Amino acid sequence: MADDARYMTLNMGPQHPATHGVLQIVLEVDGEIVVKATPVIGYLHRGVEKLAEVKTYHQALTLTDRLDYTSALSNNLAYCLAVEKLIGVEIPKRAQYLRVILAELQRIAAHLLWLGTHALDIGAMTVFFYTFREREAITDIIEQVTGARLTPSFIRIGGLAKDMPDEFEGMVRTFVKGFPKRIKEYETLLTDNIIWRKRTTHISPISAEDAISYGVTGPVLRASGVNYDLRKVFPYSSYEDFDFVVPLGKNGDVFDRYDVRLKEMFQSNRIIEQAMDRLPGGSVNADAPLYVPPEKADVQNDMAALIRHFKLMEEGFKPPVGEAYGAIESSKGELGFYIVSDGSNKPFRFRIRTPSFPNIGAVPKMIKGQMIADVIAAIGSVDIVLGEIDR
Amino acid sequence: MGNAENNAIDATVKRVTDAFGGAVAIEGAGELTSIVVEKGKLRDLLMSLKTEKDCAFTMLTDLFPVDCYGQEPRFEIVYLLLSLDKKVRLVVKTRVGDGEHAPTVSDIFSVADWLEREAYDMFGIHFDGHPNLSRILTVDDFEGHPLRKDFPTEGYGFDTPFVVNLGGETT
Repeated sequence: MADDARYMTLNMGPQHPATHGVLQIVLEVDGEIVVKATPVIGYLHRGVEKLAEVKTYHQALTLTDRLDYTSALSNNLAYCLAVEKLIGVEIPKRAQYLRVILAELQRIAAHLLWLGTHALDIGAMTVFFYTFREREAITDIIEQVTGARLTPSFIRIGGLAKDMPDEFEGMVRTFVKGFPKRIKEYETLLTDNIIWRKRTTHISPISAEDAISYGVTGPVLRASGVNYDLRKVFPYSSYEDFDFVVPLGKNGDVFDRYDVRLKEMFQSNRIIEQAMDRLPGGSVNADAPLYVPPEKADVQNDMAALIRHFKLMEEGFKPPVGEAYGAIESSKGELGFYIVSDGSNKPFRFRIRTPSFPNIGAVPKMIKGQMIADVIAAIGSVDIVLGEIDR
Repeated sequence: MGNAENNAIDATVKRVTDAFGGAVAIEGAGELTSIVVEKGKLRDLLMSLKTEKDCAFTMLTDLFPVDCYGQEPRFEIVYLLLSLDKKVRLVVKTRVGDGEHAPTVSDIFSVADWLEREAYDMFGIHFDGHPNLSRILTVDDFEGHPLRKDFPTEGYGFDTPFVVNLGGETT
């Protein structure tokens, strides 16, 4: 090996449109070839884990929206599952199914955002306009249901904030009916496009063993051929009731990650359809007055309910001493909350296991020996969100 | 959790207690069955769990410390392991006091490289043998370790106003 002097150091980011936020990568390059890559993270560090330790369990929910801001409802779900394990509350079937519908809609929205921006990074601009059209439809549904487009805090401890509005079914049905045709459109634009193929096939591959050692999860791991999807392995929120397959890749390259996500969107669409068909009736909140606040209408009409609501929001509740780990398959991978309770009304330790953190840690391994232009493709294909890396 | 998973965990726990004897203790049950190990034996235990034929815990899902402020030893480091073959989780815990060092596991699981850097950044725990133990989330000249229980939530110097220099002499 020649001396270090022949390598040039190139700073990519933190203000670079293709790093999807504030990621900085320090590249050491030999001409066009990347010799060493060092990601520099932390520009978006807000100390969520520390902040949550001074908030009650209901209050900490709003912090979770702001981790992976492209799929806030998934974050709500993971957090609520962890707390519900801690307090041992059973969620009614209707709430579980609605949670599945919302989480899968959110997964499609996150994948669409990824697909549009990833293709844009590589140079295929048209796809962006197509994917954002469908993403807008999902955001409209979420807005109709929750009142917010990006940070809904809608999935609550013990159930949901409220039941669905009347327009919900029609909007979801329309979307689910038309969406498979839209996926075909993206495929027409990209899958058999010779330029897309050349920019993605055999680019920044990672082997199954390396991916496992680096703790990579989600579509990136599945693109390397490892069948690990929490919805199948550790089913939560009644995922065992639905029929869907887990798409797998072979080479673990940028193309396989694209392919896996595209197929995943189709499967998510199927899950939503099944959940809508079999949506049970009943309440959307668990019958657990110690932990779950009363209905909004009751709060306005019943003095006792008002007092209970006030106490739960102001003082919170006290779960038993113990630990719980609640994890879901978010759009990026395994998103888990490990909560340690000391019996007080605030979490003693609030650990967030975010999928993007290990995933970006594996990027230097992927891009070693690749061209600078492929670094953009690699970062895009991993689908990182800095909000959950830096927390 | 089904029976098959419980059996896999029970078999692992039995094997570990046979092999390590007094160095390990079992806490909890079910999904979060924890093996508490002396820090001197941590690397041996993780290595044996990773390479075991029947139920290999090949993925380190998470690594994080808990600050049990006021107790001795002060920190509890939690290793959340996953077996991809048997689809079971296992928790390994080790305890270190304030100022004590823990052994690195970054050569066993690559992901531990960054996770240990985060643990160092947030809690100030040193990991012996780590290739590059530097701050990862906060800036390099940051003082203190923010996730320690005795670090104030709003940080130090919260009430001190910013000094704005508009070109004149600063006071």
